[in-house]
Amino acid sequence: MDGLVIKAGGWLALALLALVMAALAVDAPFAVHMGIVAVAALAVLWATVSQADYGAMARGLLKMPASESVYDDDPVRWGVIATLFWGIAGMGAGLFIALQLAFPALNFNLEYTTFGRLRPLHTSAVIFAFGGNALIATSFYVVQRTCRARLAFPKLARFVFWGYQLFIVLAATGYLMGVTAAKEYAEPEWYVDLWLTIVWVAYLAVFVGTIVKRREPHIYVANWFYLSFIITIAMLHIVNNLSMPASILGSKSYAAFAGVQDALTQWWYGHNAVGFFLTAGFLAMMYYFVPKQAERPVYSYRLSIIHFWSLIFLYIWAGPHHLHYTALPDWAQTLGMVFSIMLWMPSWGGMINGLMTLNGAWDKIRTDPIIRMMVMALAFYGMSTFEGPMMSIKWVNSMSHYTDWTIGHVHSGALGWNGMITFACVYYLVPRLWGRERLYSLRMVNWHFWLATVGIVFYAASMWVAGIMQGLMWREYGADGYLVYSFAESVAAMHPMYLIRAAGGAMYLAGFLIMIVNVWATLAGRVRAEKPMTETPYNAAADRPLVAVPAE
Amino acid sequence: MADKKRIDEATGTSTVGHEWDGIEELDTPMPRWWLWTFYASIVWAAGYVVLYPAWPMLNSATQGVLGWTSRGALDREMEAQAARRAPINSAIAATALTDLPAKPELMQAAVQGGAAAFRVHCVQCHGAGGAGVKKLYPSLTDDDWLWGGDLASIEYTIAHGIRNPDHKATRTSQMPAFGRDGILDAAQIADVVSHVRVISGQEKPGAAAARGNTLFQANCAVCHGATGAGDRTVGAPKLTDAVWLYGGDRDSLTATIVQPRNGVMPRWAHRIDPVTVKMLATYVYSLGGGEKAAPQVATDEGQGADGQP
Repeated sequence: MDGLVIKAGGWLALALLALVMAALAVDAPFAVHMGIVAVAALAVLWATVSQADYGAMARGLLKMPASESVYDDDPVRWGVIATLFWGIAGMGAGLFIALQLAFPALNFNLEYTTFGRLRPLHTSAVIFAFGGNALIATSFYVVQRTCRARLAFPKLARFVFWGYQLFIVLAATGYLMGVTAAKEYAEPEWYVDLWLTIVWVAYLAVFVGTIVKRREPHIYVANWFYLSFIITIAMLHIVNNLSMPASILGSKSYAAFAGVQDALTQWWYGHNAVGFFLTAGFLAMMYYFVPKQAERPVYSYRLSIIHFWSLIFLYIWAGPHHLHYTALPDWAQTLGMVFSIMLWMPSWGGMINGLMTLNGAWDKIRTDPIIRMMVMALAFYGMSTFEGPMMSIKWVNSMSHYTDWTIGHVHSGALGWNGMITFACVYYLVPRLWGRERLYSLRMVNWHFWLATVGIVFYAASMWVAGIMQGLMWREYGADGYLVYSFAESVAAMHPMYLIRAAGGAMYLAGFLIMIVNVWATLAGRVRAEKPMTETPYNAAADRPLVAVPAE
Repeated sequence: MADKKRIDEATGTSTVGHEWDGIEELDTPMPRWWLWTFYASIVWAAGYVVLYPAWPMLNSATQGVLGWTSRGALDREMEAQAARRAPINSAIAATALTDLPAKPELMQAAVQGGAAAFRVHCVQCHGAGGAGVKKLYPSLTDDDWLWGGDLASIEYTIAHGIRNPDHKATRTSQMPAFGRDGILDAAQIADVVSHVRVISGQEKPGAAAARGNTLFQANCAVCHGATGAGDRTVGAPKLTDAVWLYGGDRDSLTATIVQPRNGVMPRWAHRIDPVTVKMLATYVYSLGGGEKAAPQVATDEGQGADGQP
């Protein structure tokens, strides 16, 4: 009881401290954020005082099975729900800003709804909220099973989940209020960065702690990837966000670096956020869920070793290719480019290992829509990891840089690889985590697959055309030696491409909404009466050789 | 788990012998094509870093045996373009602006060059075709000029801008804020509006317009002229036609008289070279409203191009 009093008192003190900071804040967004922190602390206080067992609460809310599995799966369940929740927010924001580009009136002439504020909301929501929750949830699921051990530090694991959600809320509301560190994919300000650092170190402790107490002699390849993702993201996050707050009671800070050094640090971070968050982390998901769903051994152990080490060694140097033809010195541009080229095969190692794991089970592409999603994810992974090194070649980059080709490239990776593999993993997890016989509907998974695939094709194709058109228009010189087009003319030429892109995004979002319905119904314990995905028609009468019937 | 190697049936390959949660790994060798492509990309990278600037040293970086630099490459490209344009540019520079129309080929080249510069510097306000923006920026495609539409006047406007407070030679004038500063009251402004609408043929004459005429002669005629024909030396627009920069309906006219815009255009002479300014003038001149040289264009130094003594 004494412990409870101390704990509750601590939370109350934290809430009061946040309220005091809110009252003393030098700018309104900081006051709002401290208010949110106070509310979060009070929520934890309430949970502590009422001695509510999180597990029981969540079971009641989400109708989880009464009999808990031996593994500690509650944070995984919450993570799956959070993945889907933030997915709606992030993808909805994406569709909306795509429409804003086609119809600028949708900015509503209101600061909170301008493209400049909603764009980081979209990118952070899909990468860090949707993708991040998927990574945390699946890593907790995978590390327990491949180590044959329950999560180390269960309370810390719960702190990681809720702390990460608080980070997302603070970041997202900050963007809307105009709080930004002005670094792409690292927009949250100093106090939110500090909070994420605490959460991330806790995450590392839980993950490493679980690996340390494993009951298996070896560490499975998925865990190498998860671990490299967690460690590298910690390093990138801390270095890129080094900054000095203007006031300890305000949201504004100044970066530790300036000029081209700042740009290089930023893109060292930015590129490796792609490399270690969206590539290494999601490859970890792939390395567990593809062999499980296909029920096949991983294609090549040797390939997994070589491609893991070459991938993480090479990726970290490739960032300067985001700064071709800028004030960055030529030597750094050269190194960024050659490391990107060398990265091609290490990236493809993951695709080969994933796809070839289906050796002996290729028929499942026809019968299992989840496998189909995984295969499509790996295909898009392979495509965008070829496209990336190609775009890092300076000759290509001189045309593609600053155009919508880059946007198309990012989205073929994000929608095709990260999105599809996440959907497949969630479809794998939901019936198992909630103890259901199967998903509500496999046919709806199939619909999701096709909507998403066609949506990506619309998106990527329109952005290729738009990007190459932009690049060519900007550099078009007439026979008389003068530029042919004004910038505004290239903007006007984009309009049809922006419409097609928005249509593609709408299809992708529609597929995701079907997924939400499907998962919802599965959680509710329903099973849709539907025809199976495939049948094996067999006509015994026709299946025989023609034999001449001798005349009587 | 401990050594549990077995031959996988479907592929005929041995497993490595580990197993995690049912997942095994095959001992397939790395695909040869993958390995050799990886080696090839490393060899290519090794060659590239020898040829191009690559390795940071103490004070600078390795230069690369090709001696290539991005600044050098840009300089070469720019020089090549400049060399290509040099004959035309020097010919335009050597020709007086007013003599250009007499040399159709040179004039054509100047218009093309001006069009390119216009796309970079001017379209933001005047629009891609020079048609302007209603109620904001004037159209350059008609023959209604505020400051003159012959080549020399256009060039002067481009070079020195309009109402640049930090530049003495800029074109300048200021219409008083008759309403805001209380020079005229609301009823008087309404009368002046009636008069302006009568002389521009939008309303029938009446008592209000007659009262307005008196006020117009006292307050407005000094710049806009007794008949409202305007005065290009002070950029006072003609009020008797159907072309209205800030709108010719009652509300717009009232707003203009209450608080005039006194629009501003940046000057360009210190930002772009004289030949390009010249070419811009020929382009704007060619848009449709160019006028033959007016007799008393702002060449008289004593008068000053802005019409101010």
